[in-house]
Amino acid sequence: MTYEAVIGLEVHVQLKTETKLFCGCRNEFGAEPNSHLCPVCLGLPGALPVPNEEAVIQTILTGLMLGSTIPPRAKFDRKNYFYPDMPKNYQISQYDQPLCLGGGVTLPVLSFPKDAQKEAQALANKKVRLVRIHLEEDVGKSFHLESCSGIDFNRAGTPLMEIVTEADLTTPEEAFALLTTLREILRYGKVSDVDMEKGQLRCDVNISVRLAGTEAFGTKREIKNLNSISAVRRSLKHEIQSQIELVSSGGAVVQQTLRWDDARGETIPMRTKEQAHDYRYFPDPDLLPIYTEGRLREEAARRVPELPEEKKSRLAETYGLSEYQASVLASGPPLADYFEQAARSSRNPVAVANLTLNDYLALRQDSPEPVSVPPEYLGELADLVSDGRLNSRQGREVLAILIQTPRPPKEIARERGLAQISDTQALEAFCREAISASPKSVADYKAGKAAAINALKGFVMKKTRGQANPQRIHELLELLLREP
Amino acid sequence: MAKRAFPLLPETGAFRYGYFVPTVAIDVAYVAELARFRLSPEEIETFGSQLEQVLAYVKKLEEVEVREVALIGEEESFQNRLRPDRPLPELTRSEVLENAPQKADGLFLVPRILE
Repeated sequence: MTYEAVIGLEVHVQLKTETKLFCGCRNEFGAEPNSHLCPVCLGLPGALPVPNEEAVIQTILTGLMLGSTIPPRAKFDRKNYFYPDMPKNYQISQYDQPLCLGGGVTLPVLSFPKDAQKEAQALANKKVRLVRIHLEEDVGKSFHLESCSGIDFNRAGTPLMEIVTEADLTTPEEAFALLTTLREILRYGKVSDVDMEKGQLRCDVNISVRLAGTEAFGTKREIKNLNSISAVRRSLKHEIQSQIELVSSGGAVVQQTLRWDDARGETIPMRTKEQAHDYRYFPDPDLLPIYTEGRLREEAARRVPELPEEKKSRLAETYGLSEYQASVLASGPPLADYFEQAARSSRNPVAVANLTLNDYLALRQDSPEPVSVPPEYLGELADLVSDGRLNSRQGREVLAILIQTPRPPKEIARERGLAQISDTQALEAFCREAISASPKSVADYKAGKAAAINALKGFVMKKTRGQANPQRIHELLELLLREP
Repeated sequence: MAKRAFPLLPETGAFRYGYFVPTVAIDVAYVAELARFRLSPEEIETFGSQLEQVLAYVKKLEEVEVREVALIGEEESFQNRLRPDRPLPELTRSEVLENAPQKADGLFLVPRILE
């Protein structure tokens, strides 16, 4: 019997705002513990929350990028629970009137893990539906010490967006692809940097298994607080396997909340009681509803960027690039913009793409922003190479200098005496010299040893200090050696 | 997401002061546990009947047809009350931790949390 998994995700994303969701304290990662706090985010009596307009706009923008409906009215509710990571004993969230409803994410082939892209062909462009997107406040951070726990409330009250998918996913690889795609879109919209190291994307997954082809859902288990895309994939793989083993040996899955131990590669049941999930939501009486029509929606709509998939197909079409080239170049708007500027100052966009992807990216690996070489110089350099005025080795040499001190590449080539000699007359003289200097190689070649021509080529390369056009010499030598 | 609201069972009622007042049952022991209150059986009994009276009163309000009624101030409240994303003064760390019963290295200390 074959089993299939049914997977749904709750993706938490930290928004990129200056300040927290309901107060003006800074939203900053890595500050001294408990240094960004005020009566509002400490939950002191009498303090009143006021929503941050920017966080609301970013959430609506996310909804627009993902095809959600934006209801005209949204509200905030209190989610009550006991856990010392929130000083108020409740978290302000959205229960029945979130900012965004519905929407979906389409999974491109290249968003799947590299080792699974072959199988992914069949699943590419699968659409995963969204249930909703809501805005809530993040909670503080706890550190578990020997005999007690320590709490840092800096993160408490910072804006957190929760994207909830339908249970449309069936494999760990699809979950991986969904998160990679989402991450790219969120970065395009500038709503989050989605930096995993900083916990800017955290994920809860719901998994159940059922016999392939059946409709009814099995009992689900939830893995909470996964903080990297690869941990989501690994934990799902493990959990699906263990549920299938359990069910196929006659056992039953018990509804449970689990934690993933990435180092040991196993899930561990959490000790929270099931009852704690009765959160007793009710509308927060301190907050007014939010009316999305008008300014909020207009501002969000104004910020909708060209989305990653649109950019990929436009780059491929406009510049004649392969799907892979377009996809790598569109992995971030700054790189894509850079390429486009470079391509505009060149006659050969494909050569620009090659130079960018093969050489430029490798050379500036340490710097996250493509700032070091003015794009028009890269375009010019691509032309020098594709016109045959520099060979590819010389091109890389010029690029390395360009990165240190930006100057027109022609100038650099001239100063360094770099130029590919393609001029037939000049090369012919060198070739004749080679032939008269190495009678043995000539004899070997004439006796049918084709490889002997390499010694002659080497002679010319040496004489021209590597600047001869290798293909041209080869042609010339063949021609001259055929002379009687 | 919550699967249930307050466990109310508004099935029966009685006439009091000339009005029909529904009785509303409440699972006091359950609510007390959610709120981390330790109650004796007598207290559960006492609070139960008191809370049921309060809830019955609130229940009565639900009968009023208010769908067409605008809230006072609703018109004005169509204006959002939001804050621009600009930093405001914060408390100092010593102020923040001033009332903490236990603290160390700038952290609030609490009984060890189990996951």
